[in-house]
This record gives sequence, C-alpha cells and structure tokens, in this order.
Amino acid sequence: MALLTVRGLTTRFATDRGTVRAVDNVSFDLEEGEVLGLVGESGSGKSVTALSIMRLVSEPPGQVRAEQLSFDGLDLMRLSEAEVREIRGARMAMVFQDPMRSLNPVLTVGRQLTEVLRRHADLDRRAARRRAIELLETVGIPNAERRLGAYPHQFSGGMRQRVMIAIALSCNPRLLIADEATTALDVTIQAQIVDLVKRLTRERGTAVIWISHDLGVIAGLCDRVNVMYAGRIVESGPIRELFHRPSHGYTLGLLGSTPRVDGSQARRLSPIEGLPPNLIDPMPLCPFLPRCRVSVAACRERAPQRRAFGDRHWAACFADISP
Amino acid sequence: MTSLLQVEDLHVHFAAQGATVKAVDGVSFAVARGRTLGLVGESGCGKSTTGYGILQLVRPTAGRVLYRDVDLCSLGGEALRRMRRKLQIIFQDSHASLNPRMPIGELVGEALDIHGLARGAARNARVRELLGLVGLAGHLIERYPHELSGGQAQRVAICRALAVEPELIVCDEAVSALDVSIQAQIVNLLQDLQERLGLAYIFISHDLSVVRHVSDEVAVMYLGKIVEMAAKERIYTVPAHPYTKALMSAVPVPDPDVEATRRRILLAGDLPNPANPPSGCRFRTRCPIAVPACADVDPPPQALGGGHWAKCIRLEERL
Amino acid sequence: MSLATAPQLRFAGSLALAARQFPRHRAAMAGLLFLLAICLLTILAPAIAPYDPVQIKLGAKLKPPSLEHWLGTDHFGRDVFSRLIHGGRTSLSVGLLVVGFAFCLGVPLGLASGYFGGRIDNLLMRLVDAFLTFPPLLLAVALVGLLGPDIQNVMLALGLVQAPVLARMVRGSTLAVREEVYVMAARALGAGPGRIVLSHLLRNVMSPIVVQLTIVFSAAIIAEASLSFLGFGTQPPNPSWGRDMSEARRFLGDAPWMFMAPTLTIALCVLSINFLGDGLRDALDPRSWRTRRALQEERR
Repeated sequence: MALLTVRGLTTRFATDRGTVRAVDNVSFDLEEGEVLGLVGESGSGKSVTALSIMRLVSEPPGQVRAEQLSFDGLDLMRLSEAEVREIRGARMAMVFQDPMRSLNPVLTVGRQLTEVLRRHADLDRRAARRRAIELLETVGIPNAERRLGAYPHQFSGGMRQRVMIAIALSCNPRLLIADEATTALDVTIQAQIVDLVKRLTRERGTAVIWISHDLGVIAGLCDRVNVMYAGRIVESGPIRELFHRPSHGYTLGLLGSTPRVDGSQARRLSPIEGLPPNLIDPMPLCPFLPRCRVSVAACRERAPQRRAFGDRHWAACFADISP
Repeated sequence: MTSLLQVEDLHVHFAAQGATVKAVDGVSFAVARGRTLGLVGESGCGKSTTGYGILQLVRPTAGRVLYRDVDLCSLGGEALRRMRRKLQIIFQDSHASLNPRMPIGELVGEALDIHGLARGAARNARVRELLGLVGLAGHLIERYPHELSGGQAQRVAICRALAVEPELIVCDEAVSALDVSIQAQIVNLLQDLQERLGLAYIFISHDLSVVRHVSDEVAVMYLGKIVEMAAKERIYTVPAHPYTKALMSAVPVPDPDVEATRRRILLAGDLPNPANPPSGCRFRTRCPIAVPACADVDPPPQALGGGHWAKCIRLEERL
Repeated sequence: MSLATAPQLRFAGSLALAARQFPRHRAAMAGLLFLLAICLLTILAPAIAPYDPVQIKLGAKLKPPSLEHWLGTDHFGRDVFSRLIHGGRTSLSVGLLVVGFAFCLGVPLGLASGYFGGRIDNLLMRLVDAFLTFPPLLLAVALVGLLGPDIQNVMLALGLVQAPVLARMVRGSTLAVREEVYVMAARALGAGPGRIVLSHLLRNVMSPIVVQLTIVFSAAIIAEASLSFLGFGTQPPNPSWGRDMSEARRFLGDAPWMFMAPTLTIALCVLSINFLGDGLRDALDPRSWRTRRALQEERR
C-alpha cells in the first residue's frame, strides 16, 4: 500500500472574480521513502496541492474535495482539525520557501524546536533540549548548544532553512513536503541544503514531496516527477523517463525554455509563447492548448486522457512527442 | 576600438551602523559595443551596486566610469541627465519599476518627453512603434501596470529603456523574478534587440545558466571584488578560481544523468560580514584550498591567457 | 482605435477616467450631491432668500417652522432659512479658501522637505513643529485678536494653522514614495527633480492629500463656527452658522429650530465631505478600478 494516496483532489477558492480552481482533479501515489518532484510555474497548483494534503487550506474561502486522500492508513478527509494537528509536525511535516516567515521572530530557535518535540514526542524539558541540540548538529549548525538561545534573525538564510529542516524532521515524520525550500537561497547554499535533505531522508526512509520550478534541482534529487499545469498533473514518470522522453507539450516547452550551465542548450531558447492560464474559466479541452507547439487535430476536439508512455510514465497528451 | 564603457577601480562604500560596508571594492572591467558582459555572484557580492554605481544612481565613493572617454562620476546636473540617454537600466521587479498610477502609454511617453524626442502625433506613433518593438500590442497603451503580467510589465520597462535610444543597458536580475517560460521569452527578446540595435549589455544575475546563455564575457564577483574574468566559453569550461569552480559545480543541471554523476564542491560556512571582510583574500574562510599565506595579501590578478584572469595565489592546485 | 485618434493620456485624461469611477461609491455620490445642493443654495442666496437675513421684525419673534418661515424665526424675528443660506456663504467660502491656502502652503513645503531631505528638511520641519506646538484654535484666536476680527483674518489664521499638519503628512508620504523603484527608474531615464516631484511623487501622495484636505475643510467650517461662536469671527448682525448657534443657545427650550438648523447643516456638511473624501481616494487609485472593459473580460 502506498504511503500517500491522492485521488480526485480538487481545491477551489471563491474570489470576487469567480471561482478559482487552483487544483483540478489531481491523483497520484507516493510510496514509502520515495522522493517525488512536483514541477510547475506560478499558478500551476503545486503549492496548493501540498497545502491541501496537509489540510492547511482555510475553508472558506477555499474548498478542498477529494475522492480519496489517505496517508499512512488514515483518511485525511475524515479527520477533525484536532486529529490533523496531531499528525502535522509528527507524521507529516512541511518546509516553506521563506524561513524568515515560518519561524517566529520573537522566540529563540531552541524554544521553537523544543516546542515541537514536547508537543509530539512527549519529552520533558531536559530531554527535549538534549534532542534539540542533537538535531541542530545533525543539520550541520556549528556550536549547536549555544545557538539554541539565538533568534532567527541572527542566522543566515541557509542556516535558518537548516533549522526549519531540523524542526520538520524532529519527530521522524513519514512524509516531508518541501515547498520551494531552496528557491530563495544562493546556489552554493542551495547545494548544501539539497545535499542535506537527500542524506537525512535516505537515512530515515522519509518520503519527500519536493516542490520546485527549478528543473535542475528536481533532476538531482527526485525519483519521480509530476508536472503540473493549470491545476492538473499533465505528465508523470520516473525522472530519467521524463527528462529524456518528455511526452507532454508543456514538459517539452519547459525543457526547451531552461538554459543550462553545461552549455548543451541550443543557441536560442525555445520559450513557451503566450501567458499563463486563467484558472477561473474551466477548460473543456487541454489547458495548455493555446500555447502548445505540438498540438494535433484531436486536441481541438476533446480533452486528453492519460496515455501510457512506458513503465509508470503517462501524460495527458494526444501528440507523440518523443519516439 | 576603445571600449564603449570602461570601469576603473570603482568603489561604492556605505556607512551602516558605525561601520563602513564596502559593497563595491575596486572593480574594473570594460564593455565593448554590441557585446554582453555577464556579472555573476551570490547575494551580497555587490553586483547590483556595481550596476547602480556605473549609472550614477548611487554615487561611487571612488573610481572612474568612462563612457566613450567621458568620466560619468565627474558629471552632474544637466550634463549627467543628457548622458543618461546612453546608459539605461532594467530592474528585477518589473511592477515596482512602473508608477502604478500611470497608464502604459504615458509611462513610455515619459521617456520620450524627458529628452524631447517626439511631440504630438509623432509621439503617439513612436510609443506604438516602441511597444511593437518589444512585442506588445498597441491597445495596452491605456492599461495600468497592475493589469499586466510580470512578463508584460518587464517588456514595458524594456520599452522605456529603448525609447531614449541607449547604447548600453544594465539588466539587473531582469529575468530572475519571472517564470522560466516567460524568462526565456524575455531573454530571446533581449538578444533580438541586441542584434537589431547593436546594444551592449551588462547582465547582472545570480543564475549562471542564464548568464552562460546570453553573455560574451563573464566576471565573477565575491564580497565586492571581481575574482575571475574571462570569455564565456573559457570561464564555463576551464574556471580557474576556487570560488568560480565551486559556483559552477553547485548549479543544478536539468538532466538526471549529469546530476547523478556530478561531484559537488561544497563550500564550508556562510558568507562573511561585508562590513568586516576577511583579511587578504576574502574567499579564504570558505575556500577548500586556502593556506595561511592567503591571509596576508589580497591576491593580484594572474593572467591565464586570452584575456582570462583570476585573483588567487594557488591557481595551479587542482580542486 | 486608430492611430490618428489615439489619446494622449496625460494626467487630465487619467482624471477623467477617475471621474467615471466615482459614481460607484454611493455614499460619496450622496455626499457630493448634498454639498452641491448646499453650494447652490448659498451661491444663489441673495436671489432666492425669501427674507432679508438682517432685518429685524420684532413682531415675528421665535415663530416655529411654517409655510411663511420654512425654518421658523429667531429671537429678532429674522427668517432662519434666509440666515442659514446667507451664513453658508461665509462658512463654505471660509472652508474652501482655507483648504486652498493650506494646500498651496502645506503641500509644496511637505514635498520639498520630503524630496530634498537634509538641511532643508530640518529647517522646514522645525518651522512646522513651532506651529504645531500651539493648540490650533488658540492660535487662530490669537491671530484674529492680533489682526482684527475680520473674515479674511479668520481665513488666514485657519489656513496657517492647517498648513503645517498637511505639510507633515505630505512629507511622510513623500519619504515613502521617494524610495520606490519607479522613482529610481525615472531618475535613470534622466528625469529632473521637477518631473519626479510633479509626475511621480505628487501623483502618488495625492490620495492621502485628498483625504486630508476633506478633513481640513470640515475642520475649517467647524473652526469658523467656533470662532464666531466665541465672538471672534463673523460679527453681528451678519449671519454665520457658528454665530447663530451661539445666539440660539439661550432659546433651546423655546425655539429648538433656531439651534437645530445651523447645527444639523454643519454636521451634514462634514459628513458629506468625509464621504466625498472616501470616494475620491478610491477613485484616484487605479488598482481599485473596474473599467467596463475589465468587467467584460472577467465575465468572459
């Protein structure tokens, strides 16, 4: 049985311009210990998907519906808010993009760490403090004991993100969700953090959902990838399959738009023309059609269904892009 | 030919909480007509400040900025304003660089008005022509910035810069805040404009992948100084300075096979406080091959042939 | 839209667009209409007032509202309605002139202070502080006492008192806007200080200025009423809302209409002006606009 099973997840938001379908009928599985990448640009729905799984979407104005949303044997849709709070932080944890905003600026780092430990792991103050020091050392923060008494603003961006990871992994969750966790960091710091996450999650067998728009980071970290556009998953597959045999117009466009530091990109980038989709009007056809360069006649007639392109590799696309 | 722009020993210092932050500490380079210099580095390296200093948006503390042999640092008032036509800038946040209460037509028209470049009906025609040049439809003249997407707003910013007919444009993280598909559109646009109009660019970015794509030459900055400079192909294939090497190895490549076999050079620790940089070579506190001698003196540039140089006393070492 | 008719959208054009937004704000519209009505009545007062406001008719003392005297008469038999609309000429013109004076003095001061900073800022703000240390009404009283209880002096005094407040506020907004990227972008294009201040700074501080000006207007009307109430403003027998309120106090029990008329009018004017300010603030911010085109697109 998969660790996380998502079927038909749809999240809508009521706005004064209409109903925005941020997540539109998303389904996927996540196995124990697997690292799944969620790739897409702004408005693709990747962050809202994660928030929906963590039951962090405020309803109203949001509305989360799913045929099935089970995690570690639990039906997340059926749980009460109190029951979900028990799980959050303990069995599933999330790391966000801006650690300055996720950490409370007026509480010491030690306090925020021990708070989580005492809440979920039921440790007394001394034991929690010892564990907190261990955790800070594990994530590579020097002088861990002294740093317990420091405040978030006294850490650099990379260090703060390490603290966030320490907090997230403190209770050994089965699932870690990282939402653009390294996007705001310098590239050398990003390399350190990605390396850290890889090591720690492999050691503990933690499953990871890594959300990013950066195909390079995804390529170096993930086992499988879901590509999202306009709130839907348009392609899903093992990492090498996806990069070497992209099978959806959008995936192809993304790869063509991305410059490469090893210079193997063509002289001119092939951007995806046009503007990001409007999430208010429901699309009976493929949402990417207006911008797609490889569309075929069938695209204008009906909505694409999932097609298999290899082992556990599918795309919702009529075109045959990679032979 | 003499370069279009020659920056000589540029210094920009700020006073902050009692200490002096030397954001730009002795930067020199030249840009030729129609060429692109990529200025790369991580946060706090001073690349954006260098751009502002060149354009005199922030007045340099010392040094010269020679534009066609005229030192911009010595200009003021009317003379400086007239020179501003030649050197333009595009900012990172496209929406923030447009006055939210001015419609697009007026935003572009303002550029023409400031230098008296067109009036009346000719002005309107020119505005539409310029919008067309950056790929925007004429009806956007009446729209306000908040009605445009990030990519469209950035095109308007480019349009304004082009309106005054510059010869050099500083692109300060101009595509960093855009989605990758829009980023590619803007990069292509900038390259097209360069070909058509013979523009020179100083392309400031932390994104080494984009810089490789657009630049002819690249300068790598760390804590206010340039540590290495070379033609693009050389710096990406045979980087010499340990920081450049670490930087290159840290950039992820969208190819799982490449990623699986990469050896990353991980730097220790964090960026030092710019108000109190390390003595001697500033990079020594994080450098994997630092030796005690590195603390003694700031390394002079070592020539490596073909205009390639790097500031390190241990260039022969293999990382 | 063809090339030949493409509009050159200058500030005035933007104002026109703003004006079209205005009717969406119903309270503001109501306020505007009320003020226009009052203005009309006061402007036409000499022509339409049924009675001479200063003519004493002891025989018609303290009569309640009737068909002959719409708002009754006061203790001298004078028609309250006629006094009201004549008095309005004084009060409203004071309000407008004070606003104009405060604007012309306070806004450039605040802009200069905020934009140039440094020594100019220090000098100007110390001057402003000097004025602000005095309670406004006392200062006005002192000035009027010094210069004489003439209506012009009242306006001068009130204007001098309001200008520093406005200056301070404008300075604050200017400081904030000055740091915006679009101001740096304009500088990079080669814009001189004049263009930056007028085109960029002023336009973006206009919104809080407009709101503040409506407050100034209300404050001026109330201040004039207070001064007249205290005997410093309009002198008898000339009508003035404040003056009439003062005299009506004694007759509150016998002839409440004498007090209610000017009081309610002042209150409604102030309320209308405040709503007007709200509406103007929204109308001037392009981000809150819903043009017809945008509404159509949203529906599509």
